[in-house]
Amino acid sequence: MSAVVENHHDDHHHGPAKGLKRWLYTTNHKDIGTLYLWFSFAMFLIGGVMALVIRAELFQPGMQIVEPEFYNQMLTLHGLIMVFGAVMPAFVGLANWLVPMMIGAPDMALPRMNNLSFWILPFAFFVLLSSLFMDGGAPNFGWTFYAPLSTTYAPPSTTFFIFSVHIMGASSIMGSINVIVTIMNMRAPGITLMKMPLFVWAWLITAYLLIAVMPVLAGAVTMMLMDIHFGTSFFNAAGGGDPVLFQHIFWFFGHPEVYIMILPAFGIVSHIVETFSRKQLFGYSSMVWAMLSIAILSFVVWAHHMFTVGMPLAAELFFMWATMLIAVPTGVKVFNWVATMFKGSITFEVPMLFACAFIVLFTLGGFSGLMVAIVPADFQYHDTYFVVAHFHYVLVPGSVFSIMAAVYFWIPKWTGNMYDERLGRLHFWLSFIGVNVTFFPQHFIGLAGMPRRYPDYALQFADWNMVSSVGAFLFGFSQILFLFIVLKTVMGGKKATSEVWEGARGLEWTVESPAPYHTFTVPPKIN
Amino acid sequence: MSGGNYYIPDSSRYPIFAASSLFLLVMGAGGTINGTDNGSTILYIGFVSMLTTLFFWFRTVVKEHLAGLDSAQLKKSYVFGMAWFIFSEVMFFAAFFGALFYVRNFAVPWLAGEGEKGLAIEFVRDMGVDFWNGFQNTWPVLTTPDQGAAYTTPHKSMSFPGWSHLVEWLPLWNTIILLSSSVTVHFAHLGLKSGSRKKFNVWLGFTVGLAIIFLGLQAAEYYEAYAHYGLKLNSGIYGSTFFMLTGFHGFHVFLGCIMLSTMLARSVFFNHFEAHDHFGFEAASWYWHFVDVVWVMLFFFVYII
Amino acid sequence: MTNIRNLIFSSKSYAILLTLFSVATSADWNALNMTQGVTEISKEVYELHMLIFWICVVIGLLVFGVLFYSMYAHTKKKNPIPATFHESTKIELVWTIIPFLILIAMAVPASKTLQNIYDVEAGDINIQVVGYQWHWQYRYLEDDISFFSYLMTDLDEIYNKVPKGENYLQEVDEMVLVPIGKKIRFLITANDVIHSWWIPAFAIKQDAIPGFINTAWTVIDEPGVYRGKCTELCGKNHAFMPIVVKAVEQEEYDLWVSEKRSAAIALAELTEEDWTKEELIERGEALYAKNCAACHQTNGQGLPPIFPSLVGSDIVLNNKDEQIKILMEGVQGSAMASFSYLSEVEMASVITYTRQSWGNAQKGDGEIVIPKDIVEYKQSKI
Ligand code: HEA
Ligand code: HEA
Ligand code: HEC
Ligand code: CUA
Ligand SMILES: [Cu+2]
Repeated sequence: MSAVVENHHDDHHHGPAKGLKRWLYTTNHKDIGTLYLWFSFAMFLIGGVMALVIRAELFQPGMQIVEPEFYNQMLTLHGLIMVFGAVMPAFVGLANWLVPMMIGAPDMALPRMNNLSFWILPFAFFVLLSSLFMDGGAPNFGWTFYAPLSTTYAPPSTTFFIFSVHIMGASSIMGSINVIVTIMNMRAPGITLMKMPLFVWAWLITAYLLIAVMPVLAGAVTMMLMDIHFGTSFFNAAGGGDPVLFQHIFWFFGHPEVYIMILPAFGIVSHIVETFSRKQLFGYSSMVWAMLSIAILSFVVWAHHMFTVGMPLAAELFFMWATMLIAVPTGVKVFNWVATMFKGSITFEVPMLFACAFIVLFTLGGFSGLMVAIVPADFQYHDTYFVVAHFHYVLVPGSVFSIMAAVYFWIPKWTGNMYDERLGRLHFWLSFIGVNVTFFPQHFIGLAGMPRRYPDYALQFADWNMVSSVGAFLFGFSQILFLFIVLKTVMGGKKATSEVWEGARGLEWTVESPAPYHTFTVPPKIN
Repeated sequence: MSGGNYYIPDSSRYPIFAASSLFLLVMGAGGTINGTDNGSTILYIGFVSMLTTLFFWFRTVVKEHLAGLDSAQLKKSYVFGMAWFIFSEVMFFAAFFGALFYVRNFAVPWLAGEGEKGLAIEFVRDMGVDFWNGFQNTWPVLTTPDQGAAYTTPHKSMSFPGWSHLVEWLPLWNTIILLSSSVTVHFAHLGLKSGSRKKFNVWLGFTVGLAIIFLGLQAAEYYEAYAHYGLKLNSGIYGSTFFMLTGFHGFHVFLGCIMLSTMLARSVFFNHFEAHDHFGFEAASWYWHFVDVVWVMLFFFVYII
Repeated sequence: MTNIRNLIFSSKSYAILLTLFSVATSADWNALNMTQGVTEISKEVYELHMLIFWICVVIGLLVFGVLFYSMYAHTKKKNPIPATFHESTKIELVWTIIPFLILIAMAVPASKTLQNIYDVEAGDINIQVVGYQWHWQYRYLEDDISFFSYLMTDLDEIYNKVPKGENYLQEVDEMVLVPIGKKIRFLITANDVIHSWWIPAFAIKQDAIPGFINTAWTVIDEPGVYRGKCTELCGKNHAFMPIVVKAVEQEEYDLWVSEKRSAAIALAELTEEDWTKEELIERGEALYAKNCAACHQTNGQGLPPIFPSLVGSDIVLNNKDEQIKILMEGVQGSAMASFSYLSEVEMASVITYTRQSWGNAQKGDGEIVIPKDIVEYKQSKI
């Protein structure tokens, strides 16, 4: 008899298996979501420690702690790990936990593939991190790995870096296929597209972006591999290729990638703002249209990262205008959140605190994004700390804050326990202050002319770098408090009700807390 | 199984096996390329364990299906899944077509001193600086900008050789073969739908045969290129784009061929597939049509213009 | 809990806050904004920057104003019953169209400035700028002048052994001299990886891409020394390849050009001289430190497997011709680029230095290379 049929007779409506096997073999979306979330938190700490190495070296001018060569390796791994290891898997983890519950599905559509998508990641990052111990050191060419620094002049470990990116991409593609298929095929009867919760919408669009651009990244690293080891000349002018071609391909992936890191955040914030304002979200349908426009526009703006590579004038103008346009739908989102809060009946529990900080600080990051989109001005901003400030404002108090908000918001549903509100508030304020002390001064440093990716700098940048470093340590160490709060909540705490938050809307709040191992084995009735 | 009417498999060991195999594969591949000890052994182990895992995994899926565990809804998940997978493959090829488009329309003319960005190169040349002097904007690129690796038989490029040489032009034959194979696979499908296993087997057999001939001709073409034209992977950007595009396409033909052969074997030896129930075959045939469409693009962009 | 409270209210925390505050107040706020620069274009760019900055500030004040007002006035305590509106096509149209109009208001001046910058005409003076790992080369195309420009800051300053000078990391051994009031065009390219040539005061930032040439131009109004940096990650010494341009009156510039030219002629004469081993080694040592030590290290041992050791290398020990060839042509597909831009004397000295140092002379044939060998090699190629 086959294993399949045996399984069929096994314990009906059982809970999870015991021990390690549960996590290795699981096909349960909640288990897999949990795995993703813990993995991403571990990566956040590792990537964060690398950021602290960077900030420690930059505390003062001069070389103190690391050598320039190692600084570059830290910089590269920090960017890669934060983007591919911390933020993206965290969102996938949230999707796993929430999407099936929000649409009344019994699980993800392809549960075994779901497990595979997750378990590729630890291996991929093991490969990436092991490059630190190889001859010639880890990749040292920045997370954007421009050729020919990443081809002809790269350390041997680049081969492993390339393969690691390949399998990360495979993981993302499979994960996204799963999300799309789940949303398209598994909605409970009655949940039409325009009735889907916004987080589900956000993920539908994000998954589409991922499937469209991860293969392009795979193509880019494949060409690198061929250039390095098999004598092709894609990125080598001597053979008729062009190093700038690499940048076009990379950013065709890279720009949508940054929206991949913010669209799910938009979804999360919409849920939180509406819940704690006790008022229906303002402009649901325009929220959906805004996300769709952002996603579509994101395919035609990539070269705004390349304004200084010497593109023809027409291309510069086109990419500037297209980029600026993105401010319109993003603005719609911000205005809708504010309008939702307007005349609401607001309370400020921790998720709401993070969501409010998100709205303000993400918008600040958006403003500096708009500034760097203006080509002549970008000639001064490009590759300085002004850009570093821009993208950390959208990524840290943007994506990362939204993830933390989501954890506080849904953790009662996951564990059945309320988190400690007082500690949560402390964590929020430390993070809020830390993030601003770290990244706000970087605007000044950048405008004053400090290039990014510098392990050492001229004296006029010293003061604000010191401030920024102090902020980084404050922010970093506050995250240990976060770890503590989460562990404490997992272990116990005040019991949560099914609804958890007063007036919370959505299917996930109709099941008990903690959510049973299998939810909605029979599709719920929606009216 | 606990999914009400939607089949949710219980925990499974295949995914973690597949993930570990993938790990061995990339460590092995990296090691082999970098020339470290044991690289190729690890690669080999990874490869075998990957194949084994996939075999058992797919076998389980087939069995689940035969046991009637899946539903129309689950089938729809597979259909969507396959469709989006093919979309991701399309985007992978798009990257390489994009590269081809870029070098032909921008990089090569610029390097030859043409176009908006060629002006500066022209200028420094006039001032007596040697900057890719003598490089011509031609496609195929016959001599690279550094006057290095050159492939020097202009009348014998892979492109259209003129009407008089039409019959010797392998790509044309390959196009005919691949297009017919799309037709034969469609006939197989029709046969299956009409309930004739024999028709199905025969037409599918034809399709696999055509696929193999295609691969053979492709190999012959590569041999020609290397042995007679001096066109190699490292002969500059023309060789790079030519071999990477046709090579990845050929690899996909190979994969498709394996998929179709598997379906053929399932039908011949196990009598799998019914007139209204043959998703496995359908998925393979979609893949095959996809590979065919890519070839048409290749034929047009790589060989003709 | 008390622990945390202690942490927050302890005197140590206050000390840190106080330091931060004093840093904040003592900082030179003028140096915190974008420079206005010294050219028409750079001033235009500055205006543009301020324009978009203020527009963002105003939008921010409006949006955050409403947000903070709601956060203050519409709390559950003050407004226990929430309103129920959740849609208004009219207002949504308004806040789609108004931002769009604002964007157009920004795009128009931006596009105009960009068009001014994109001028492809030749300049009065054309300078080819070539990026290397990790220094710059400048070639004055009309005047046949060519030289390299290296970071001059001492390693001891970088490693905190001595106090840092005023122009720490912003000083070079040879500045780019240009006259004021003339249109100067830079033709920017690179020899190895991508670099980027940035002078804030001219609002010029152009990537230096190996195999291609980008252009930028400027007309400088005021004499002065203008400092810039490499802004594209180009390897480990990316932070250590500054740019210094000195703008001077026309007469001073002409004088400098004629001096440079006679120096070049003098160098050519040197080639003819007979050279002793010691003279060559002495010259070679400095050249080695500048050109080769980045990869092959000061001790010659390189960083295998990427950069081979020159100590005991068969080529360096016994194969003089091969070594000349490697240095003249570079090694295809590796980081070892051609050094053919070195003069004959320099080339001979640096080769001789590698062949005589680190015990190589004892282990190998001990032969030296003289400038004439290089001349011969060059002739054999023609
Ligand atoms: C989550 C990630 C994220 C997000 C959401 C964004 C959002 C935006 N980004 Fe950002 N960006 C990055 C991540 C992100 N970016 C990263 C990682 C890099 C650096 C990569 C690297 O080089 O390493 C980068 C770099 C980068 C550059 C290249 C800079 C350079 O290297 O020189 C540019 C240039 O145009 C740019 C533009 C923008 C714009 C216009 C937006 C817009 O989407 C912002 C829109 C939002 C608003 C404008 C605010 C809200 C709107 C209103 C309140 C409405 C009214 C407003 C107006 C009318 C002004 N970004
Ligand atoms: C989502 C993405 C993300 C996130 C969250 C962050 C987070 C942070 N980043 Fe990151 N950063 C990038 C993405 C991100 N960054 C990218 C893409 C680049 C560009 C790379 C490139 O140029 O190629 C970059 C570059 C970059 C630079 C520029 C370096 C340079 O150009 O030379 C700096 C400098 O300050 C910096 C700082 C920080 C800091 C202080 C944080 C902080 O938020 C980090 C917070 C710290 C922690 C979370 C640590 C917590 C852990 C501990 C305190 C230890 C506990 C230990 C145990 C429990 C074992 N980052
Ligand atoms: C940017 C890095 C770099 C710089 C600068 C550099 N080299 Fe090299 N060099 C290399 C690399 C890489 C190789 C190995 C090339 C190969 O064979 O693949 C090499 C090889 C050599 C060899 C051949 C050694 C052997 O045994 O094969 C010699 C000799 C040499 N370099 C001398 C020099 C001298 C002299 C200088 C300075 C004038 C110099 N190099 C500057 C990177 C560099
Ligand atoms: Cu040269 Cu950075
Ligand atoms: Cu972008």
